[in-house]
Amino acid sequence: MIEVEHLTKKYGEARGINDVTFSVEKGEILGFLGPNGAGKTTTMRILTCFMPATSGTARVAGYDVFEDSLNVRRRIGYLPETVPLYTDMQVPTYLKFVAGLKDVPYREINSRVGELMERVGLTHMAHKFIGELSKGYRQRVGLAQSLINDPEVLVLDEPTIGLDPKQIIEIRSLIKGLAGERTIILSSHILPEVSAICKRIIIIDEGRVKAIDTPENLTTQLRVSDKVRARIGGPKEDVVKALWAMEGVKNVETGAGAEDSLPYVVEFSDGTIDRSSQVARAIVEKRWDLYELMPVKMSLEDIFIKIVTEEGN
Amino acid sequence: MKNFIFILVKEIRSYFNSPVAFVVATIFAVLTGYQFYVIFAKFSQLSFEVQTNPTIASQFGALNVTEMVIRPFFNVVAVVMLIMLPMLTMRAFAEEWKAGTMELLLTFPVRDEEAIMGKFAGCMGIFTMMLLLSLPSVALVGYFGDPEWEVVVTGYMGLFLMGGAFVSLGIFMSSITENQVIAAALSFAALLLLYMVGYTAGLVGETTGKVLEYLSIMFHFEKFAKGVLDTSDIIYYLIFMALFLFLSMRSLESKRWRG
Repeated sequence: MIEVEHLTKKYGEARGINDVTFSVEKGEILGFLGPNGAGKTTTMRILTCFMPATSGTARVAGYDVFEDSLNVRRRIGYLPETVPLYTDMQVPTYLKFVAGLKDVPYREINSRVGELMERVGLTHMAHKFIGELSKGYRQRVGLAQSLINDPEVLVLDEPTIGLDPKQIIEIRSLIKGLAGERTIILSSHILPEVSAICKRIIIIDEGRVKAIDTPENLTTQLRVSDKVRARIGGPKEDVVKALWAMEGVKNVETGAGAEDSLPYVVEFSDGTIDRSSQVARAIVEKRWDLYELMPVKMSLEDIFIKIVTEEGN
Repeated sequence: MKNFIFILVKEIRSYFNSPVAFVVATIFAVLTGYQFYVIFAKFSQLSFEVQTNPTIASQFGALNVTEMVIRPFFNVVAVVMLIMLPMLTMRAFAEEWKAGTMELLLTFPVRDEEAIMGKFAGCMGIFTMMLLLSLPSVALVGYFGDPEWEVVVTGYMGLFLMGGAFVSLGIFMSSITENQVIAAALSFAALLLLYMVGYTAGLVGETTGKVLEYLSIMFHFEKFAKGVLDTSDIIYYLIFMALFLFLSMRSLESKRWRG
């Protein structure tokens, strides 16, 4: 549905994005993950035909975003990060205006607007001017606006930014409900959000693609911990010595806590297999008490930071 | 065409939703109405004096209401337009760039020229309404006197064409900046300059003078106000509009590239 090849955008000397390549299948939800200023918005602006790329190509639904921009724009729904709306218009008036521009047949405009307002929960705001709405409701207007022409491709730039937790959950479930027929690209710098919604994630930093994979794969690839945390009851120095004596140990840290059950974190040099059992055996052999034992899981945040910093160096 | 109409309607609606249309039109009506009163009152005073005092009559010859009321009034309207129209056009694109709504508008399946023409036509709609506000004054002259109606018609045609030129320039200035004050200041300065170059025509050499006169935005209006329709004047205004609407298109395009 979306094919992006070697996309580069320069702003003067500064580079927006550099040689970005990826593709999205029909019906897929793709997450764009990256710190602020990584190039997420730039990529989305190119895909939505707002700005042309310096080099490289991007095709949406088979149409080139530069050569065939009108055909792409007819098939796309876009919600920019700042949710720019005409504050001096009433909600239905605005949606009708957008529907008209986005080629919704004239006779269907009214029913389409009513239907969407109900779907995003705006019906009771019909008499209000957009300028009077709270951030959460504006976000819904923005979402309704992007959906008005029943687009094949939906591009959402940070759709939950600035919302309260309840609204975030609502918008998220709304987006999830849209999946299926539609292809969705959404960007975020919040990891749990992306992993909750998306089937596939692109990690982007400093304008470059750092990783593309499913959230599960990204996690399993890296998550199998290289660290094991254990609370052990035993003489501290002996315990540390025993832990160091294990095979493949890189580091042992002692935490603070009660004397008779100090926490230790053992780091192994090879993180591809679970080492918990190995630690357990070592403790039990010495007949010390084992209160707690678990691999330290890497959160998506850790993975993200790991990928971004590793590649950076 | 469909998009053009949607944008036109939206533009006119937002002029009325924000009080811009009311404020600009009211100021326009007050200023031109006041000047009309001054011109018309002076004329009636003069005609009264002419009636009672034959020596003054010989000084003035026959009093012509078209020449002494309608024409000066049109010139006043033209000057007020020059002051007020930049305030109408300044928001056209600048406001949308600032609010970011331009980003969405440009990702809708709308051609740049449809957006520009829609906004141009929206401004022209408001301007036409403003111009209509001056009709009662002219009707008053028709009620009390007997002006040459051909001059009224050509005068309004001239005002409309000149207004189109003002608006197109204003739209262009609004498309190059996201600051509405800068847009208004630039268009006001440019229009004033184009107004003033006509006056320097007599000071420079003959050829340069002719060129300056031709460039002058008011020079081309004078014949309209005299009841003369000259194709070269009409073409001047049409080319003026085409040029600045084209420049607005290039400006949008360049803004897109720079992001």
